[in-house]
Amino acid sequence: MIEIDRLSRRFGDQLAVDDVSMTIERGTITVIVGTSGSGKSTTLRMINRLIEPTGGAIRIDGVDTKTLQPDILRRRIGYVIQGHGLFPHWTVARNIAAVPHLLGWDKARIDRRVSELLTLFQLDPALYAGKFPHELSGGQQQRVGVARGLAAEPEVLLMDEPFGALDPVIRAKAQEDLLAIHERFGTTIVLVTHDMEEAVMLADRIAVMDGGKLLQYDRPEAILGAPAAGFVEQLIANGERPFRLLSLAYVADLAEPGTAEGTPITATTNLRDALSQLIWTRRDAAPVVGADGIDLGIVRLSRVLAEAGCPL
Amino acid sequence: MTVTLLRLAVVLVLAAFLVDPHLFQPLFEPLTQNGAPAIYDRTPFWQLAMAHLGIVLLAAVLATIVAVGMAIFVTRPAGREFLPFSRSLANIGQTVPPVAVLALAVPSVGFGLKPTLIALFLYGLLPIFENALAGLSEVPAPVVEAARGMGMNARQRLFGVELPLALPVILEGVRISTIVNVGTATLGSTVAAKGLGEVIVAGLLSSNDAFILQGGIVVALMAILIYDALGAVVRNAARRSGLARTGDKI
Repeated sequence: MIEIDRLSRRFGDQLAVDDVSMTIERGTITVIVGTSGSGKSTTLRMINRLIEPTGGAIRIDGVDTKTLQPDILRRRIGYVIQGHGLFPHWTVARNIAAVPHLLGWDKARIDRRVSELLTLFQLDPALYAGKFPHELSGGQQQRVGVARGLAAEPEVLLMDEPFGALDPVIRAKAQEDLLAIHERFGTTIVLVTHDMEEAVMLADRIAVMDGGKLLQYDRPEAILGAPAAGFVEQLIANGERPFRLLSLAYVADLAEPGTAEGTPITATTNLRDALSQLIWTRRDAAPVVGADGIDLGIVRLSRVLAEAGCPL
Repeated sequence: MTVTLLRLAVVLVLAAFLVDPHLFQPLFEPLTQNGAPAIYDRTPFWQLAMAHLGIVLLAAVLATIVAVGMAIFVTRPAGREFLPFSRSLANIGQTVPPVAVLALAVPSVGFGLKPTLIALFLYGLLPIFENALAGLSEVPAPVVEAARGMGMNARQRLFGVELPLALPVILEGVRISTIVNVGTATLGSTVAAKGLGEVIVAGLLSSNDAFILQGGIVVALMAILIYDALGAVVRNAARRSGLARTGDKI
């Protein structure tokens, strides 16, 4: 658990972060959203003390980070940045091994961990371990960057616009990968982005910041359904809002008894994709099947549409 | 291929001349007058060449240590305010002509190796310092940020990340500095340091064009070969740093 307690940071006359308090539960994904200059990156970088707060405190599992030596603290916290920041003169394997190496893991353990992570990120260790960063594609470099952040099995992973430099297709894949990784390791993730779409897709909790202040900190459904007046409302009040709301719920929740024609939709599909399929195939209802192909009834277009409206 | 052959030919010619300069006597004879000797033989050429290289090498090592040390210091947070000061220091070293340094140094340290070394050291400082400064400041910011973020301390960042990535640019500075000093070191002979300048000075004193020419040619060939060899070292370092894409020409 990370407790951010009345945190402030002043640069000269400018208050970059202004009295921010939030509690990040263990094992959750928290996304801090804001425009540039909102103080979101500064807040993130104060968690691993790349920037020192001028006021307030951060406690990780009850321990005030001020009481720890910064380098030691950072080795316990994974860190992934935009443009990956891989060491160009080191191989992929050595890049991933950087923090375990700093922590003095033995070679066999490091090798095992590097292979495990490369395999997890769909990079064949035999093929990629010895390559240099400039021999990889942008998407591969980004995956190695995330693998490096996770290498020392940190309990907390900080990500600063990690997918900002990727094109949309690779970006969607990277986001899916991150959710899968989170499922597997249960790492507490704090991610900074300017993209509300990304926040809604990834977050258990969204924190919206503007002008150094934390405006709203809540579940994505609550942010979309009941945005705080002013900046948050502006941020989400566009044509996409109903679809974003739909992307948070799944077909399984709306399945009802009945029969329908055509290609079935799997229960784990989100409502946004389900709506898209129903519209495209001109159907009022579609059969729903479980992951193992079991018949779970049908989903009706009218029920999906009802979910997309403004919560009353 | 032709470059390799040319390189080989230059090495062979230079080696042959240093081992037995009298092989080239017929070439230099037309330049002499009144039956003066065509080949300088008061000291064997290979000894002069070794002494010449030795002094240049020593000056390069000293200048590299001091210049890179200074560049590291002024790129740390603690030393940042000394940047303008160290810049002007290195600039003065380059601006004051080596001849003047020799003239100023002789009264205090005497004749021979020492004043020459001081002049070459000062003259070679600036290119190495400026390149080391450029190399260290051009290390990509995200890479340094990542190194800090993963918990590398200042020493680990410097030796593990910053210096290896700045190395090609630093070596390029060493290369320029060394080449300039191969030529400049001939001036050392005016204050009685052993070196190839001795041949040129002897030629000037006795109006023997053959001596002047052979001294000049040997220095020039050595400079070209060293420039070439250090160029290969720089390219290798650039490739290993991973910053230059494969196929890039440096």
